[in-house]
Amino acid sequence: MAEGLNLNMKQGAETTPRIDAGPESLPGMKGDQVAVFPYLVFKEFLSAVLISVGLMIWSLAINAPLLPEANPGKTENPAKAPWYFVGLQELLVYFDPWVAGVAMPTLIIVGLMAIPYIDTSRNGTGLYTFSVRRLAISHFLFGFGLWWVLIAIGQFLRGPNWQFYWPWQDWALPQSAEEHLWSFPWWVGLPLLLAYFGLGLWVPTRRWPWLYSGLGRTRYMTAMLLALIMYGVPVKIFLRLALRVRYVLITPWFNI
Amino acid sequence: MNDRLQRLVRWVTASQLYRSVVRHDYVDSVRNRALEVTSNVFLHLHPISIPRRALRVDYVFCLGGLTFFLFLVETITGVLLMFYYRPVPDYAYVDMKTLEYAVQFGIVLRNLHRWGAHLMVVTVMLHMLRVFLTGSYRPPREFNWAIGVILLVLTLLLSFTGYLLPWDQLAFWAVTVGTNMAAATPFVGAEGPFHSLLGITQANDARFLLLGDVRVGSNALLRFYVLHCVGFPLIAVVLMMAHFWRVRKDGGISRSL
Repeated sequence: MAEGLNLNMKQGAETTPRIDAGPESLPGMKGDQVAVFPYLVFKEFLSAVLISVGLMIWSLAINAPLLPEANPGKTENPAKAPWYFVGLQELLVYFDPWVAGVAMPTLIIVGLMAIPYIDTSRNGTGLYTFSVRRLAISHFLFGFGLWWVLIAIGQFLRGPNWQFYWPWQDWALPQSAEEHLWSFPWWVGLPLLLAYFGLGLWVPTRRWPWLYSGLGRTRYMTAMLLALIMYGVPVKIFLRLALRVRYVLITPWFNI
Repeated sequence: MNDRLQRLVRWVTASQLYRSVVRHDYVDSVRNRALEVTSNVFLHLHPISIPRRALRVDYVFCLGGLTFFLFLVETITGVLLMFYYRPVPDYAYVDMKTLEYAVQFGIVLRNLHRWGAHLMVVTVMLHMLRVFLTGSYRPPREFNWAIGVILLVLTLLLSFTGYLLPWDQLAFWAVTVGTNMAAATPFVGAEGPFHSLLGITQANDARFLLLGDVRVGSNALLRFYVLHCVGFPLIAVVLMMAHFWRVRKDGGISRSL
């Protein structure tokens, strides 16, 4: 061990060609492998240092919010959830709380966990590739994007009483809250809802038969139901905003 | 001089004390590069070598590692904050003010904790996006993706439980809004569909379980504090161990399998 120890910088550079020479595959490393130490460890260290510096500057510059002490008798208006849940709060405009606050989050979690059990192909694994995985990536990005759009609307465009305000509009000016909403009667809503899911499940088997044959029945049904529910969200938003529809389906027990 | 220094270093590194801590020398050889990783408890989560492409910052963007690092930042700043904070309505808000005005760098400590938490929510979501876009959830990594989803949920729950602790108007009403959702749960929420089937009322529903009361109060503050400081971090640590271990077991860092 002693003969390898070398404090002479010039000589050291000759025997330890680490950083300046770049990550080379050493003899004994199989294939295109490079040593984790130092190449990966140094990058991890550097990224930790950079984010620490960034976070420290941010924390020195901007104070975390602190409003007056909690007062159960004085409701904040608007009372907003933490920003990462504001998207779900925004859904409360379009859905009842059990859908927006319970069913949707549950389906998002279950749906996310189901992804690898639905998409089991190996094409394009380990690569940023859109062309090979057009279908999977576009649906995922739609859901991911929807999540952030709802957050942005709830966080930046909602004022008192959860009314819509553009950023340049004054919250002191009340928005016209008078909205005349109507709902489908159940004998219209139920067939509509069944048609949406029925056709949504059936049409793709005709239009893209390889999808059904490729996935098999269980995977196809699971994937399509989750996708139809996800696309049902913007559909309901559209119905509400364009046609003033409050509920698509009314039952004695729950409304959708 | 150089000679003397070399001799000193040799004396130190040959000593029993030094050798008991550092088990290998620094000569650049394949064997030592391997030992530097395997003989270190913190580094041995890593493999000895990785594919050259996995080194590229524009491939993984360090997002998983940064999320873990931010968890460590939250743990350290959180423990320090615990020295100054009492989870009781009478004291909680006063303690926030004490942190701000009486504790040296107290406000910076709180800022680091708060902004770090927001950042962690962002990095964990972007990490999920990266893993999805590279198809890295495919078999045999499907179960690790599922663990990752639970860790994402835990990150949100950690953040949400921490949100109440400052006991200001922002905290109180945000958590009121959030926990009211629990009352809407079908079957087990007092305002949810079918709740009467199970005899669910305000005093025994899902929201009551969260708050220990029908509204946000001292019981809720204590529950959120315990979950935030002990409950959720413990679960997260166990799942993180499983998550990192499985990355190795399921074929290492993402690449085409």
